[in-house]
Amino acid sequence: MRHHLILRVVSKLLIPFILLYALYVQFHGDFGPGGGFQAGVIFAAAFVLYALIFGVQAARRAFPDSWLAILIPLGVLIFAGTGIASLLLGGTFLDYDVLASTPTGGQHLGILVVEFGVGVTVTAVMIAIFFAYAGRTHEIQDDDW
Amino acid sequence: MMESGIINILVDISLMTLLGITAIGIVRSRNLFATAMLSGIYSLISAAVFVTLDAVDVAFTEAAVGAGISTVLMLGAMTLTRRSEKHAIKLHIGPLFVTIGIGAALIYGTVDMPPFGSTDAPGFQHIVPEYIAGSRDDIQVPNIVTSILASYRGFDTLGETAVIFAAGIGVLFLLGRRREDEEADESSNSGKGEDA
Repeated sequence: MRHHLILRVVSKLLIPFILLYALYVQFHGDFGPGGGFQAGVIFAAAFVLYALIFGVQAARRAFPDSWLAILIPLGVLIFAGTGIASLLLGGTFLDYDVLASTPTGGQHLGILVVEFGVGVTVTAVMIAIFFAYAGRTHEIQDDDW
Repeated sequence: MMESGIINILVDISLMTLLGITAIGIVRSRNLFATAMLSGIYSLISAAVFVTLDAVDVAFTEAAVGAGISTVLMLGAMTLTRRSEKHAIKLHIGPLFVTIGIGAALIYGTVDMPPFGSTDAPGFQHIVPEYIAGSRDDIQVPNIVTSILASYRGFDTLGETAVIFAAGIGVLFLLGRRREDEEADESSNSGKGEDA
């Protein structure tokens, strides 16, 4: 769809704001609606939009497959690692109270880190699934619809 | 107070009507492109319904996943197959009765449900008051959904993240890197002949 001028301009304009909004949903999830899962999906949606307009190859250059292979397990490891960190600091698994000097501060820190882990894995998995599907077809021409 | 109640009812009725129309459209359409787009619209209207129920987090997820990503994935999968459904619809009496029976039982079940927002509802009795008080006093996070998901139910959320991880790995094993493998196969085959 590279030759659709309006789609190209509008999506180029929107993609930075979609990414920024995803980051807002990610790190503001404990104060407003949202959290790691929603943020990850919105972040991935920006890359899906980019791939739809500019082609999957361009999106693969923007988000290489090697990153996916690192980020998919990294999010789960961040989540589980938070639990192990709280174990090592003398609490129980995923008990965030011990992560900071005060229990409330520990809870805030733990929730932020854990949600970040969720966001990383969800982003990478969504992009990986989209690339896996889109990579199997030739570029979709307008006549195909 | 009465005014807003009437407006709420009107909003509910119109959203439910739109949901019904979209569902009938999905069932009746034989064009898979139209079906995929209609199911995206269905998800978007469901998200609006969740907003009217004050379930903003769920609405968020429904709009992003249901209306966004899954519609795109559906369209992507459709490019690999045919565009229209086969005409093989006969009227099956048995399944029709089963569906009507289950639907009637579900509607009968809603009669005994506590009214929406009632604090006496069983779902709000067991451990929820503790979560609400804890979110306010111990965790001090305004969004109770986040404190329950990430802290009280941290094990569940870790499990969910592992499920997403497993889903991603599964799709990558089945579909991923197919092109490069094929290209590699083709180039090695053309070099060595068909000895494999």
